Amino acid sequence: MLTLIKDTLTSQVVTLWRVFSHLWVKADTVEYPDEQPYMFPRWRGRIILSRDPDGEERCVACNLCAVACPVDCIALQKTEDEEGRWYPEFFRINFSRCIMCGFCEEACPTNAIQLTPDFEMAEYKRQDMVWEKEDLLIDGTGKYHDYNFYRVAGKKIGGKDKGEALNEAVPVNVRSLLP
Amino acid sequence: MAKIVIDGVEHEVNPDNNLLQECLSLGLDLPYFCWHPSMGSVGACRQCAVMQYRDADDKEGMLVMACMTPATDGAIISLEAEGAKSFRSDVIESLMISHPHDCPVCEEGGECHLQDMTQMSGHNYRRYDKKKRTHHNQYLGPFINHEMNRCITCYRCVRYYGDYAGGTDLSAQASHHHVYFGRHEEGVLESEFSGNLVEVCPTGVFTDKGFSENYSRKWDLQTAPSVCVGCSVGCNTTPGERYGSLRRIVNRYNSEVNGYFLCDRGRFGFDFVNNPDRLLEPVQRVDNTGELLADDQIKALIKEFKADGTIGIGSPRASNESNFALRAMVGEENFYAGYSDVEHDSMQVILELASDVAFHSPSVREIEAADAVLILGEDVTNVAPRIALALRQSVRNKAKDLAEDSRIPQWQDAAVRELAQHERSPLSILSPAVSRLDDVASDRIIESLSVVVSMGHQIANRISASAPSAAASTEHSEVIEKIAMQLKSAKRPLIIAGNSNGSDVIKAAANIARALRDGSDGPAIDLCLLVPEVNSVGMGLMASAENPLGAALEKLQSGEAKRVIVLENDLYRRAAKAAVDAALTKATKVLVLDQLPTATTANADVILPATAFSEHEATYINYEGRAQLSFQVHQCQKQAQPSWRWICDAEHVDDLVERCCNEAPGFARLREVLPGENPFVAGMKVPRQSHRYSGRTAMLANVNVHEPKQMEDKDSIMSFSMEGIPAQKDASVLASSWAPKWNSNQSISKFQDEVNGELKQGHVGCLLIERKNSSGSYFEAATELKEPSAKQLRVVFSYQIFGSDELSARSKPIQARMTDAYIGLSPQDARKRGLSHGDVATISPLGSPVVVCIRTGIKVGTAMLHCGDGNISPADFSGLIEVEKSATQTTSRGIGNLIVSDFHEEEINS
Repeated sequence: MLTLIKDTLTSQVVTLWRVFSHLWVKADTVEYPDEQPYMFPRWRGRIILSRDPDGEERCVACNLCAVACPVDCIALQKTEDEEGRWYPEFFRINFSRCIMCGFCEEACPTNAIQLTPDFEMAEYKRQDMVWEKEDLLIDGTGKYHDYNFYRVAGKKIGGKDKGEALNEAVPVNVRSLLP
Repeated sequence: MAKIVIDGVEHEVNPDNNLLQECLSLGLDLPYFCWHPSMGSVGACRQCAVMQYRDADDKEGMLVMACMTPATDGAIISLEAEGAKSFRSDVIESLMISHPHDCPVCEEGGECHLQDMTQMSGHNYRRYDKKKRTHHNQYLGPFINHEMNRCITCYRCVRYYGDYAGGTDLSAQASHHHVYFGRHEEGVLESEFSGNLVEVCPTGVFTDKGFSENYSRKWDLQTAPSVCVGCSVGCNTTPGERYGSLRRIVNRYNSEVNGYFLCDRGRFGFDFVNNPDRLLEPVQRVDNTGELLADDQIKALIKEFKADGTIGIGSPRASNESNFALRAMVGEENFYAGYSDVEHDSMQVILELASDVAFHSPSVREIEAADAVLILGEDVTNVAPRIALALRQSVRNKAKDLAEDSRIPQWQDAAVRELAQHERSPLSILSPAVSRLDDVASDRIIESLSVVVSMGHQIANRISASAPSAAASTEHSEVIEKIAMQLKSAKRPLIIAGNSNGSDVIKAAANIARALRDGSDGPAIDLCLLVPEVNSVGMGLMASAENPLGAALEKLQSGEAKRVIVLENDLYRRAAKAAVDAALTKATKVLVLDQLPTATTANADVILPATAFSEHEATYINYEGRAQLSFQVHQCQKQAQPSWRWICDAEHVDDLVERCCNEAPGFARLREVLPGENPFVAGMKVPRQSHRYSGRTAMLANVNVHEPKQMEDKDSIMSFSMEGIPAQKDASVLASSWAPKWNSNQSISKFQDEVNGELKQGHVGCLLIERKNSSGSYFEAATELKEPSAKQLRVVFSYQIFGSDELSARSKPIQARMTDAYIGLSPQDARKRGLSHGDVATISPLGSPVVVCIRTGIKVGTAMLHCGDGNISPADFSGLIEVEKSATQTTSRGIGNLIVSDFHEEEINS
């Protein structure tokens, strides 16, 4: 009985000591919004669509982000320019559903969709959290600077004929008799 | 049955098959490329290597190609042996050496056999650092895209296109790693079955062009089991919808009907559903302007139409339910057939023959088994294309017999073809013009239709003397003798005719079939009678024999009937223009239910919008009397409803089918096609959306961020959502086949009870018409027709795969292949009238403009008339016509898209 009382008192004193000792420790929180916190580059915040080094849209509308999305908040439709380049006709993210998991970025074969350190996305109206391609598309390459999917892909697009992609031989002349 | 051991487990297998096929039948995962269930093995790709052991003591084993090794009793093999696995992974690595980095921008991605097999064989990273070979693409027409870089040279495309479908304009070119699959020059792929290349190609070399324009991944498409409405074969299809529009159609396996293949009309002819001209709102004509109808106005209207003095005209392109609902509304005596009177008469003959025990109406699979075929007066490729593809397989039965004699297994495709060379089972074609099947025909006679009919009777008479003979001409007596003998000595003879040109040919065909069975109680003879539309047979069963369309029009004209309801039908295609005009003007109120505007809707007082095939659940009856159920795929966006819902108060399709079974004679078995009580646990439905369906919370977010409730389907066991028991549990409601590791259509083997067998829990439809009448008697041989005068020509109606079907002709890809109405003439007849190829001519009696097409393969004195897309009604012509050069020479489409082998070169070049 006596030990129980002793233990209880010690425990309470120790707890009080610990709580008060924190009065002299430097705070982890900052006085947001007066003071802006440092956001790490790989922080998973607002989603953007980037452009390739040539300034063209990186997204090829392959639909992989949409299928990877666990809350199904990405919808898009593929379309094509006259020279065969695929791009999204519309690209919509419903940020009121998005959980910032980053699966879309992981699934993206062209580095088009990227998560950024921006987290300030609150809106008064939920409808305003639906972002279209015009809202998502930025004018730069985002985190990955050099990659251009179409330079690697075999598909012919404007400005890049068959055989002009990375590691490609000139197109075969089917009628040639040479070995 | 043979017993083999696979990886230590004993299995019972069919020794007539190869190891690959049996492994797949057993549900094992063995990668392959060049093998195809309907095309057998050639052992080209080396992907299906397995280890085979001599006996239980053999630990070493040897590599064999599973597709080239028979499943002999006692065989011991291993799929998992290290040697076999590493061999397969090396093979795929070498196949992938030049494969481009295209998956994100490839239409095949996500349903690609190559992706699946690469994963399955364990090839992940490219080690080869040399350059990839590249190819230029070709333009292959409005249906198919070409992307040759992706080719892995499995040779499936040319084996399908050339060997299986008889196409001549796709070939393998160049050699070694330069091999190229394409045409000799850019241009439209000529075969009517080119669309199957999309599914046959294991990767993305051949892709669906229309689908690519409105692309969605396979997992994003909302699908349901459906039936093609392009012709009377009733092929099973899987239409896919996304964002409210129908995106594509792919084949849905049905062992008895279409198997693995569709025709191009079926695959590319669905786009009318998305046509911007679709009727989507109920309107009534007030002073020549349309006025929207409110619900209570529609109710009042329907009440008005329920009064006496209303007649209903059905439709061969509407479902049984809609036809029945109309019949129930107006009464059986006031319900009229929705096709031409000529077709009505021939349909009565077809139905009479359909209940005769002497005959059997063969399914497509049974047609493939025929070993002697006679086609009488019908252009099968254009009327029922899928059957033409089956006939191409039937002529190979001779090769199969030869292979059996030489003890070569049937699946040894190259060997069997090599052995047979040009030996084929007999296929004889008697018709007024050459057809696209002539290249495999053993005999082909081009004669006028009346001679064809008379030859038919002579063949019957030659087979059995009790059959009536027609006036014998000595000209073709040898051929007649030969055909008669071929049919008589065949194990499974087949006679094909159709009602494109009246019932005389059908009667002659029936006489031949009857003669073949003459006197014996032997098996029924295969008699395949083709009709033009998806539910022609259903229409025939529904309308009384006394109620042809002509009678309905007369009744309206005489004022005996005041109001008329026209169900999904353009009467101007069915009857003479004058008669329809008179009837519709006289009628006090004309109500038309339809999907698209037609000449008839233009004359309607009230238009109620009807849903298209993918927007409602319905049953259709095909040429053999097989009833099949087609599920609703997607919701119609606006106010269109199934026709029956406008005019009757039944709540569900099931109720209507039940009433139809009880009230309409001949439909008693229709309920068998319904899936019945939901067989699944906890009352859960079958989802139309795949478990990977994406965008659920974003696709409508632009309209409203608050997601609407998922649409409920009260009609069927399927739901418009991802939730429920996956279709994979029950193959009978399987729309889009998918199995773990098998994302492509090749996953179908997981749902068949064996490769090429019926689907597990299968639903192949039910044969509606009972053959209960005892064998009937011969038809009288037709009397000679009136001889045409010097100026006149005998007209024969010619169907076109692209254009003759009313609905598919409103689809964009099909329109790119359509022609104007044209008249096919022999060079002699054209010369006599001063006409040359491509001229515009007018034809009596209405002076309708048609384009002249000079063909060497048309009988002199016969004019092949293609009516175009409703420009001309066959009902306006009665046998003989006069053709004159027209004063105006303008055409809209011309005949440049026509693909026939017998253009008169001289005439065209001059």
